[in-house]
Parts: sequence; structure tokens; C-alpha cells
Amino acid sequence: MKVRLLDICHGRSGDKGDTANIGLIARKKEFYPIIEKYVTAEKVQSHFEGIALGKVERYELPNLWALNFLLHNALGGGGTKSLKNDAQGKTLAAALLKMEIEIVERIEL
Amino acid sequence: MKDRVRIASGQGFWGDLLTAPVDQVTKGPIDYMMMDYLAEVTMSIMQKQKRKDPRLGYAKDLVELMERILPVCVEKNIRIITNGGGVNPVSCSEAILETGKKLGIKKFKIGVVVGDDILDRIDELRKQGIDLKNMETGESVDTVRERLQSANAYFGAWPVVEALKQGAHMVITGRTTDTGLTLAPMIHEFDWKQDEWDKLAGGTVAGHILECGGQASGGNFSADWKAVPDLAHIGFPIAEAYPNGDIVITKHENTGGLVTVQSVKEQLVYEIGDPRQYITPDCIADFTTIQIEQIGKDRVKVSRVEGRPATEFYKVSMSYLDGYTAFGNLTYSWPDALEKARKADEVLRSRLADLSLKFEEIRTEYLGYNSSHGSIAPELKEANEVVLRVGVRSQDYKAVERFGKEIAPLVLTGPPSVTGFGGGRPKPSEVISYWPALIPKSLVKPEVVIKEIG
Repeated sequence: MKVRLLDICHGRSGDKGDTANIGLIARKKEFYPIIEKYVTAEKVQSHFEGIALGKVERYELPNLWALNFLLHNALGGGGTKSLKNDAQGKTLAAALLKMEIEIVERIEL
Repeated sequence: MKDRVRIASGQGFWGDLLTAPVDQVTKGPIDYMMMDYLAEVTMSIMQKQKRKDPRLGYAKDLVELMERILPVCVEKNIRIITNGGGVNPVSCSEAILETGKKLGIKKFKIGVVVGDDILDRIDELRKQGIDLKNMETGESVDTVRERLQSANAYFGAWPVVEALKQGAHMVITGRTTDTGLTLAPMIHEFDWKQDEWDKLAGGTVAGHILECGGQASGGNFSADWKAVPDLAHIGFPIAEAYPNGDIVITKHENTGGLVTVQSVKEQLVYEIGDPRQYITPDCIADFTTIQIEQIGKDRVKVSRVEGRPATEFYKVSMSYLDGYTAFGNLTYSWPDALEKARKADEVLRSRLADLSLKFEEIRTEYLGYNSSHGSIAPELKEANEVVLRVGVRSQDYKAVERFGKEIAPLVLTGPPSVTGFGGGRPKPSEVISYWPALIPKSLVKPEVVIKEIG
């Protein structure tokens, strides 16, 4: 089945210099293994093509049912240097929640 | 020893909700209130203010706020801990004591933490062989030496603890970590030792939860923002700390917002890197060990955090002048709003090219279409209006200034049905870039200076 991350996750994003971080949190415990399996660094890298110009790193926090993504070189230089309206990446969590994943498991939303 | 200490968050940044600290000290019981005022850019703004007037260089709002809350803090014995001293914490403390005297307060002691400002020591440190190279790029600090605006070591909780031990009712620091402001009263009240890494990590996690104010209690809450009650009167978070390092995050009753596992989790993952290594001057906290549970309405328990020894270094935050930017906005309406905005951008860029101005970057975004999500945003159909936003950056002030003069002419010499040019010509702003580095702890010594009434 096809699942939109917004329906199984919430999240928050912010900045550290020119690197954006996105914390993606599963809404239920049983959704965590799903995002851990399908929302890989590679998938996020291609979702943010043209935005994350550097590499994407992923860290796992199973205790919080969460994944933390670092998107390097994603904020137009960051800080006061950036010409982006969203220079601090505040809306990037929402951009990740737009992502759809195709899963073999059946889950109840 | 107290069996519980209540530490409230009063400000999450310089410019935060002004009523929040007032609510924290009046709407329920607390023992301490921490207020974070410093972001990376803030220090350079404060240095600039201090160069103009050596008595300035701190968060002036803090003095106005203290005028309002000092009597109630004295009456209820609430101690204030803040890094709002910026690059001039001593002058900040003097201004607050002046205010206290005017209010008729007879006895008040401020502990001022100094020693973090190393801007005047850069050459000396370089001679000693300290490279202060950029942690991210590895470049030598000499490349930006002449343009440095500020340089501060990040102190942790211990200098604040020292001030509290000396009986300070208020502690004012310069560049102290946000987490240290919350951790310090726990160390002080529970007599935690320098190597009790798990407890220190627990207090550090509490500090991370409090450091952005309302972001832990229903503000910027993505899980279910429509369900957050009374955001207009949001209660900022409070950490109830226990001697074993357990924390309960809560807020005052009869305030808006909410404290749930989801609201706290969103703040826990905010602006972190490797969750196993949340590095502060006080310890390294492992966020993958945090246990979190809802134990009541607006009560979330955070426990079993594991920590590891602190490193031998302080992080140094430096800032340097790095050119100028300006932004121009114009609003285009239906019909063909986006096409018109795109055409205007094309015309503008063509005129800038004719002028042979040197820009490092020209960036065009369309508010209402793609300024948040760039290429992820779906193509816009039939928008009633779109705002063209063009930004430029250059080391050449004159180029940026000239760009500002090219926006208004588009109204009469570009595509039609355009408005929104009310603010006058865009003015160049300074770009302040950030230079993170490390320095051995042995080379920077925090000191506590006591200033008091009575």
C-alpha cells in the first residue's frame, strides 16, 4: 500500500549553519519500524533533490520512535548569508511529510 | 537538600513573547526561571552596540522585564538565570541593580559570569599556537581575522553553579549554553558531582526541552496543531527536576498550550545532530537512551538519560563580516500571476546584467508558490496572486545598494497588475557569518563577579 508520511508521522525541522535537521517522529509505536525500513537516507536525498545539495545523513532514535536527518548544504549558506525565505529550514519537516512510501506491510492509519 | 526543583523557561530567544516570563513568575509556583537570549548572530549585534557605547552590548529588554518582575521574584524567592548579558554582562547587571534601587529593593545580589569573550585575545591565542580553525571547513581563522566581529567561548553550567553558591539571586552570563542555564540549578540544589554523567545528561536534556520556550508546550506543534488549546495564552514549559536526574516537564495550570509526549518529542529532535552525542561543556548526553511517558495532564516524565564525560574543549562561536544582502518584493495578481512574476524576474536580471554588477548570488522565489519547499512544491495553477521575492548578496556594498534601486521601476516598466511596493527601496544589510571552532578548556577561565544592592 501507498502511505503518505503526514498520515503516520509528525516532525520538526531547524538549522545548524548551512545544515538543516529534520526530526521525523512516528505517530504510533508500530509505525516506527515502517519508517525505519522505508525512509532511508537515499530516499530522503532524492526527495530533496535540488534542495539538499550535500549529503543526507540519517540517525535512529527508536526510543522516541524517531529518525533524525541531516541535510547538508541545504540552506543557501545558512544564517544571515542565505537568500532563502526559509533560511532556517523551518518548513522542511513539512516538505518531508509530503513524501509517499510504497510498503508491503498492511497498517491501520 | 530539596526533593524537587522547579525551573521555568521564560524566553526562548531575544524577541520572544514578552508576557511569558511574567506569567511564569506569577501564575504558579517555581524556584528558578531561565531565559535564553543568545543566537549566533546576536553576539555580533551586541558587539556593535558596545563599540558605539561601552555601557551597552546586552539584551536591553531584559532590564525592562526585570523592572516588571523583580519585586515578585524577590517576594517569592525566585532566582533568575539568563545569558542576556551578551558581550557586556557587567553593565547589564549594573543597569538591573539601578532598576532595583528605583523600585526600593533593599537586598539583591547578582552573580555575573565573565571570561567567555575572547575577541581581544585572538592574536595572543594564535601566538600560543591555538589554530581556532573552522570546525566545519578546516580553514584557518587568519582568513577572516580582520573581519571578526565577535568571539566567545561557550561556558556550561558550572560557572552559574558557582554564582548560585555565592548566594546570587540572579545570574547573568555572556555566552553560556542554553542547556547550562537549566542544568545549573539542579547541580546546585542536588549537589551533583562533576562526574555524575547520567544526572548531568538528564539535566542537559531538560535544558534542551526548555531552551526554545513555547516550542515544547504547543507552539510550532506539527502533530496536531488544531487541537492546541488557547495558543494566545500559551504557558511556557517548566522542568520539575528530581535528585536522581528524572525530570517532569509541565506548565502552569490555567495557561494555554499543552505538554504531551508528542510536544516534548518534537522539541527533543529539534536542531540536533548525532543523537548519541549531544555535546555540551558539561557532558555528552545520549538522546537514544531517553525514556518518555505521559504521567498526567500536561505532565511528561523524561528519565533514564545516559551521559558520558565532557570533552576537554569549549566550543568557540565567532562571527565575521561577510558582505551584504538586500531583498525586493513585488506582488502580482490574476490573471497569469506567476507568469507575470517570472517575466518581471527576467527583466530585472537582464537590467542587472547590463549594469555589470558583481553578485555572489541572485535568488528568486515566489511566495505563495515555492519559497518553502522549492522544487518539491507542485506547479501552481491559477493563483490569484504571487509575490516575487528577489535577494542578492555581494561583498560590494554599492552593487547591493544599486539592486535596491532596480525594484521600484518594475512597477511602471514591467508586467501589469503589480503592487506591494510600499516599504521604499530595499536597503543593504550586513551579512554576519558564523565561525565555529574549539579551544582547550584550560585556556579560558570563567570568573564570577558579584554585584549587589545592600
